[in-house]
Amino acid sequence: MRVLQTKEIELCVYRLARRAGLTLTDGCRAALQAAAREETGAAKFALDAVLENERIARREEMPICQDTGMACVFLEVGQEVRLEGAPLAEAVNEGVRRAYADGNFRMSLCDPLTRVNTKDNTPACIHTDMVPGDAVKITFLPKGFGSENMSRIRMLDPADGVEGILETIVETVKIAGSRPCPPVVAGVGIGGSFDSCAWLAKKALMRETGLAHPRSDVASIEREALARINRLGIGAQGFGGKVTALAVHCELAPTHIAGLPVAVNLQCHCVRCGSEVL
Amino acid sequence: MRKLSLPLSARDVASLHAGDTVLLSGIVYTARDCAHKRLFELLDADMVLPFSLKGAFIYYAGPCPARAGKACGSCGPTTSARMNGYAPRLLDLGLGGMIGKGEMSEEVRRAIAQHGAVYFAAIGGAGALYGNAVKRSELIAFPELLAEAIYRLEIEDFPLVVAIDGAGNTIYST
Repeated sequence: MRVLQTKEIELCVYRLARRAGLTLTDGCRAALQAAAREETGAAKFALDAVLENERIARREEMPICQDTGMACVFLEVGQEVRLEGAPLAEAVNEGVRRAYADGNFRMSLCDPLTRVNTKDNTPACIHTDMVPGDAVKITFLPKGFGSENMSRIRMLDPADGVEGILETIVETVKIAGSRPCPPVVAGVGIGGSFDSCAWLAKKALMRETGLAHPRSDVASIEREALARINRLGIGAQGFGGKVTALAVHCELAPTHIAGLPVAVNLQCHCVRCGSEVL
Repeated sequence: MRKLSLPLSARDVASLHAGDTVLLSGIVYTARDCAHKRLFELLDADMVLPFSLKGAFIYYAGPCPARAGKACGSCGPTTSARMNGYAPRLLDLGLGGMIGKGEMSEEVRRAIAQHGAVYFAAIGGAGALYGNAVKRSELIAFPELLAEAIYRLEIEDFPLVVAIDGAGNTIYST
């Protein structure tokens, strides 16, 4: 058994969170640059501002977006690792707490009823998978809620098939309109149960923007959904244009013979995500 | 790009058309979900608001804390549609307009046209760009709301798009 102190996990979450708040992922930046070359008018104005914004964010050490998000943390823990120290969730939350305070990030979490702020941006939304091996992989995705609010889940019938999946994805982006800060990335969960389908959609957003699914039938759904979304004409910030989505990412899991769950988790044009292996 | 200063005159408003880009300077007040709820509680109780609505501009935003030496932290717009229920009454009371992101309701569009107000779209996700263009920031109400409190911001050359103009024309197709 390899022994790993949870303090190492705390420090890793801290590093990932600090970096994510100030940087777009390489895939996201490349997709935005490509979009800026395609657009004109107000949409072009918006995309140029977003690219200029990242340069200012780095220079001024200011978060890219004031919505520094809910901390979504995905832990893939090797089953040959024995964790020592503070409980895992506490270690992750401590990393978030310190990163958000030190980075001058916004504390954006509150009680859902009283709306009283938790003041330290915890608790993080933590998913843990046990995997083979003796390493721990940590992925950090700060998720803004302008786009999270526009996400949807539908329990389709098996007969709805691929066409039903495509309609669900495109309809979600259409209903969202200008509100989720397009051009969006659509993370799509297909299959599983009600809850695991939503998690698949979030996990799809952790993939490098624009990378296709390895299964060709899934990659083909991604391509077709992207093409249909970009015919909607919503454009950057809803100003009209050819690029309403930068990418569509699907993740799959076997589902029940009676169902076809489809969850669409929208991500704004600021994909801030990073991972590290300990 | 055209430069414009707040407060806007009737002539300024008349010269703005949906889709125009401007660099806006002057005083704005931040307010988002919770602050609007509080403002409405004050209005319903016939109490004085923390700032005068007459000709004022509300910026739908909740900034990050400022780091040492800066007036403001990251400060981009939030989704305006969540304030659809609040905006018409504030416009009726003399609000000059709003800055936010994304489409607003038909009711808001009508109120803007009726009062000759303006709705500017800031670019969502450009928080550092806007935060860096804030020259002064002062917390004026509801400190317990943290980022959702009302801040009086002095902004300089905010790049904005006219999203709904004083005649009620809109850049959004939906």
